Amino acid sequence: MTAVSYTLILIGAALFVLLTGAAYSVYLERKVSALIQQRVGPNRVGPFGLLQPLADVIKLILKEDIVPTSADKLVHFLAPIISVTIALITFAVIPFARVEGIGMTEATNGFLVIADVNIGVLYILAIASVAVYGVTLAGWSSNSKYALLGGLRASAQMISYELAMGLAVVSVILLTNATYGGEGGFLRPGAIVEAQRGAWNLFVNPLGFLIFVVCAFAEANRAPFDLVEAEQELVGGFHTEYSSMKFALFFVAEYLHVIVASMLITTLFVGGYLGPFEGMLGVQDWGWGGQLAWGLGWFLAKTVFFVFVFVWVRWTLPRFKYNQLMDIGWKKFLPLALANLMLVAAGTAIYATLTA
Amino acid sequence: MLQTILFWIFAIIGIAGAIGLIFNKSAVYSALSLILNFFSLAGLYLSLSAEFLAAIQILVYAGAIMVLFLFVIMLLNVQDEQGVLKFDPRQGIAFLIGLAFIGEMLFVFKDFAGTSLSGSFAFGQVEAVGRELMTRYLFPFEMISVILIAALIGAIVVARKHSYH
Repeated sequence: MTAVSYTLILIGAALFVLLTGAAYSVYLERKVSALIQQRVGPNRVGPFGLLQPLADVIKLILKEDIVPTSADKLVHFLAPIISVTIALITFAVIPFARVEGIGMTEATNGFLVIADVNIGVLYILAIASVAVYGVTLAGWSSNSKYALLGGLRASAQMISYELAMGLAVVSVILLTNATYGGEGGFLRPGAIVEAQRGAWNLFVNPLGFLIFVVCAFAEANRAPFDLVEAEQELVGGFHTEYSSMKFALFFVAEYLHVIVASMLITTLFVGGYLGPFEGMLGVQDWGWGGQLAWGLGWFLAKTVFFVFVFVWVRWTLPRFKYNQLMDIGWKKFLPLALANLMLVAAGTAIYATLTA
Repeated sequence: MLQTILFWIFAIIGIAGAIGLIFNKSAVYSALSLILNFFSLAGLYLSLSAEFLAAIQILVYAGAIMVLFLFVIMLLNVQDEQGVLKFDPRQGIAFLIGLAFIGEMLFVFKDFAGTSLSGSFAFGQVEAVGRELMTRYLFPFEMISVILIAALIGAIVVARKHSYH
């Protein structure tokens, strides 16, 4: 099997898992919210309501697609596509497992990843920074006050929280660099995971973890940061004027963002595909099947856990007010992230001096 | 071969974006054309194996500066330009300056015509950029940050009509 067809198969598998995953995140959201509010949740379609996502998709496809007469048709059409595309392409650099001893993963240094690029982390940040366009353009093109307000809020919110998020990622890069003793390649997501063999970044850099998680919530426009689509104030926010499949694309993009954010938290802070006691169990001698199952299993388990946390927080915390949102972003998290960065830099410098 | 094909694709998209920026009557469409131009520039950087520059191009220009541009355009609800083009003497001056700039660029770049870029150089990669910024260009680098802060403070002072006590 050539490298190209291996990559294509990997892309196909990842797309299938992600889109199914997004549909079932909706199911998870409804079930968990029902649990929190002491209801039953969807239970009619299939056993435990497991076929509910399928029914939802069919319903959305069959709905009429309405475009407002005074909307900007081209941008109105492009906005949902931009949203989903940007949500999907982040996955290209996330390592799902480490499988050694087969020819196919040699090109990507043994990582089960679609593209092992050496600016992986910067790529993730760059994609995150353009993710706002889908929402902003949807808000503008709809030619509606509610949608425009949602779009404006989205651009202000995402720019504000990107800074603190970037600084939290820089602290992770510093730690990775310190683990490798200044050797290159520390912007590869795979290298960041490997550097956590000793201890997860969650324990080494807890403040960075906290900042990153909160900023990930803000970037995904999820409660308590969902001012972009605040129903009580803005009807539906940026997607007020969207219906049928275009609305479904925004819906899918939101859950894809949740899954991406969970995968990023897993990769950067919680050891990615690494499980406990790998050295003692001798995972590296299990052959490719065992390594694949072990790595992928841990990676998916951690991701699902953080998706659950996203849902849990949404149904537990009330929404911030807009001024609170800006205050937290600029006056609390940005200084905190800077202080954390200084702390981690000092820590790694001391560590390097002691071990030299 | 592949590099040449990629160059032409990105170059054509980039120039199309630049032309769109100038000729679109709607401010939002102009901004979108500029974003297209930034993305194709990032693609050109990538084909020169300057990955860091490419990522920063998208992160800073497409992801931050243009988002603010769009934000302002949407907030002020800028109307589309009206159809009739009127002659303005300032346009003539701008045209002449533009011509002079193009001539200057052609004059500078004619020395580089036919130079091929070998794959061994690393001016746009993370380590090379970081090392240069932190050693040779440390002072200018710090000066730029001071200048940016000064501009920020100046903007706040100008925007704030009266201080509250």
